[in-house]
Amino acid sequence: MPRFGFAALCAALLLCGAAVGTAQAEESGTPPLPNEQWSFGGVFGTYNRAALQRGFQVYKEVCSACHPVKHLYFRNLTEIGYTADQIKGIAAQYQVVDGPNDQGNMFKRPGRPSDHIPGPFPNDEAARTANNGGLPPDLSLIVNAREGGPDYVYAILTGFTEPPKGFHLTPGTYYNEYFPGHQIKMPPPLSPNQVKFADGTPATVPQMAHDVAAFLTWASKPNLEAQHRIGFKVMLFLIIAAGVFYAAKRRIWSRVH
Amino acid sequence: MADTAESERASYGGSEHAGETRRDFLVVSAGALGILGGLIALWPFVDQMNPAKDVLALASTEVDLGPVQVGQRLTAKWRGKPVFIAHRTAKEIQEAESVPVASLRDPETDASRVKKKDWLVVIGVCTHLGCIPLGQKADDPRGPYGGWFCPCHGSIYDTSARIRQGPAPLNLFVPPYEFTKPTLIKIG
Amino acid sequence: MAATHHGNQPAADTSPPASLPAGGHNRIIRWIDYRLPFVSFIEHETTAYPTPKNLNYWWNFGSLAGIMLIIMIISGIVLAMHYVPSGDHAFNSVEDIRRDVNFGWLLRNIHASGASMFFIVVYIHLFRGLYYGSYKYPRELLWMLGVVILLLMMATAFMGYVLPWGQMSYWGATVITNLFSAIPWIGQYIVTWLWGGFTVGDPTLNRFFALHYLLPFVIVAVVGLHLIALHRHGSNNPLGIEHRGPQDTVPFHPYYTVKDLFGLCIFLLIYSVFIFYATDFLMNPDNSIPANPMVTPPHIVPEWYFLPFYAILRSVPNKLFGVTLMFSSILVLFFLPWLDTSPVRSARFRPWYRVICWLLPLDLIALGWVGANPPAGVVVTIGQFATAYYFLHFLVLIPLIGKFERPKPLPMSIGEAVLQAGSHLVPSGSTERR
Repeated sequence: MPRFGFAALCAALLLCGAAVGTAQAEESGTPPLPNEQWSFGGVFGTYNRAALQRGFQVYKEVCSACHPVKHLYFRNLTEIGYTADQIKGIAAQYQVVDGPNDQGNMFKRPGRPSDHIPGPFPNDEAARTANNGGLPPDLSLIVNAREGGPDYVYAILTGFTEPPKGFHLTPGTYYNEYFPGHQIKMPPPLSPNQVKFADGTPATVPQMAHDVAAFLTWASKPNLEAQHRIGFKVMLFLIIAAGVFYAAKRRIWSRVH
Repeated sequence: MADTAESERASYGGSEHAGETRRDFLVVSAGALGILGGLIALWPFVDQMNPAKDVLALASTEVDLGPVQVGQRLTAKWRGKPVFIAHRTAKEIQEAESVPVASLRDPETDASRVKKKDWLVVIGVCTHLGCIPLGQKADDPRGPYGGWFCPCHGSIYDTSARIRQGPAPLNLFVPPYEFTKPTLIKIG
Repeated sequence: MAATHHGNQPAADTSPPASLPAGGHNRIIRWIDYRLPFVSFIEHETTAYPTPKNLNYWWNFGSLAGIMLIIMIISGIVLAMHYVPSGDHAFNSVEDIRRDVNFGWLLRNIHASGASMFFIVVYIHLFRGLYYGSYKYPRELLWMLGVVILLLMMATAFMGYVLPWGQMSYWGATVITNLFSAIPWIGQYIVTWLWGGFTVGDPTLNRFFALHYLLPFVIVAVVGLHLIALHRHGSNNPLGIEHRGPQDTVPFHPYYTVKDLFGLCIFLLIYSVFIFYATDFLMNPDNSIPANPMVTPPHIVPEWYFLPFYAILRSVPNKLFGVTLMFSSILVLFFLPWLDTSPVRSARFRPWYRVICWLLPLDLIALGWVGANPPAGVVVTIGQFATAYYFLHFLVLIPLIGKFERPKPLPMSIGEAVLQAGSHLVPSGSTERR
């Protein structure tokens, strides 16, 4: 088939991809997301365990007051560098609903590593009542559930500002640069030195936002490093196999050409 | 097709022999690579049927023995099965140790079934056909040996959970466990 | 064969039609093959089956489609070992697969990215057919079976996307099943029947799971028919002329088996990029949010392979007309062998069609862009023009071009064209350069 036609097709596809991207951004009326550097970005990226632990600390001490992470188990924390004993201790700090017992009642008991990390509210209705009708979303998949992923999470957390002149802010909402529509029900959650990091890193708002965004990326994509590692080996194998099969093909077809 | 290849081979004569070897090597190595890749690719499809991480997380359970008074019994859950934990009285221990082992259907000394004499830890599943024997609750029937009684077909176990009467062939199984603290055991 | 008899068979008929030669294969295989001629069948279809020797790489996509079908079935079956098809548990079971099942993330990525790869391969395979006239006599039924496969694939993919029970799963299902209410008089009853309730809900999810598991095996059966039809007259080729003898063909094995395997390696490389690296590229973020019947996402968008048809659906304000137009856009493919009036198969020798043919994928890309965007402003206008062109292409341009274009002279045979290309000679009345 004419090479030109095929090239034209590829060009059209690329243009379309770009067009779709810009159309969506323009339409939501928010500025483009800040382009943060992430240790897990790119083809060879990995998670920075220290950042993930700091991020977990921010989640635990700030975000968990309103946001659940129901797809995470305590035992998952071994992947970000905590020991089995540390996790037992963290889990035991929580009270987990269990039961029914022999009398037929539900009861609370200290958490175990095999439990899910319990959320702050027993159900959505309780969450809404405590938050003026707003429902704080579960954060286990938030990085996958938002266009821009970790950049979006970071932008929201650092994007609280005064509304521009003339902007009518509905009572009960807060102005955020990057939230579509600019009116977010969540009050600015981070303030400087809100958390004392165990490793001594200064807890500035950008630092906390960066670390918790990294932690939430891990929560959404726990197998990212395995994916990249295995993917590299698979593609290397396939490149070699392609070479060998091409040579075999040429050899077999040499009888005809 | 066969005759075309044949005639080509004939016309090429000697040089084709070296070519054939080279071609064979390429084809063989390509085939080998393909099969190797296929086998490696097969592994995830087989491994996915192995127990998943959430199941493995429940592979061992810790049980706090502190609240269990002497003479009391506790039922724990391990790998989906009940585990009978008995804080044995001196009388129960003495009865268990004084039985002539040779007379037992499944001969085992009491000492070989416990790590600490006053704690018996066994899986609460009758070795006959799998019912859960009675004897854990204070008002349960325990049978004439003071151990456990299985209501399904009448198997009777003693204070070392060894089979004494009834159809069960073996003693209640002792799961792998260890005392991580004086009153804390980890089963599995 | 007679040598292995033990004297209990009549001496008369001892030569089965497609038996293995006495020399090759061990006794066990010969014993089985004499009773169930599977091995000789495979050998015959791959080594005695003459394949044109001039097939280019656009002919790799048929076998790639078959391989994708097998990959999707195997990955689907292992996923089904862990997936729970109930509204309460579906989303969580997919998360359990991603996090806890051994290599669950890999199996899920293979299946999710695989759907896109399957459609890419099949769309290219289809376009190859359009360009080289593979749908023409005597391959009309082969082509139509292919369109049936495409329809089955679309139904399977639509139901499969509902299974994770994310926001896009739920609302995509709601929008598309609601289309059936456009059918006059009985529309709403059909929709209620499809749903098993008054909205998309648990009954809908359960039955979609059952059907999603079933349809791929129906596809396997239709692919079997597709291959039988193919082997009746053999493959088309880039020149569009029939092969006249062994000088024009090679046995499928080993020539095309090795070429297909090479193509497979390249294809798997691209597939691997989506499985291991660009996992989110084809996934809509809204589907990482559990389905909520009370909250509609701002933009309901189907997966990319449905976007052009979604655009056609939305191009007219009338619901019934839009639905009819959307289904017609696939149904028109069935009639292609009769819409195309040209006596020449391959676009290589059809100077007008050769250019116009490329307008179709360009039009589909434009329609895809329209489908991905909210229907407002210039998007709507482009969508209407692109929809009009799509039907113009099949119903007006193809019949007219076939009638009025002057095709280039065809080569005498495949072998001649191959030889000429090899020796760079261009005798009179021959084809253009290969």
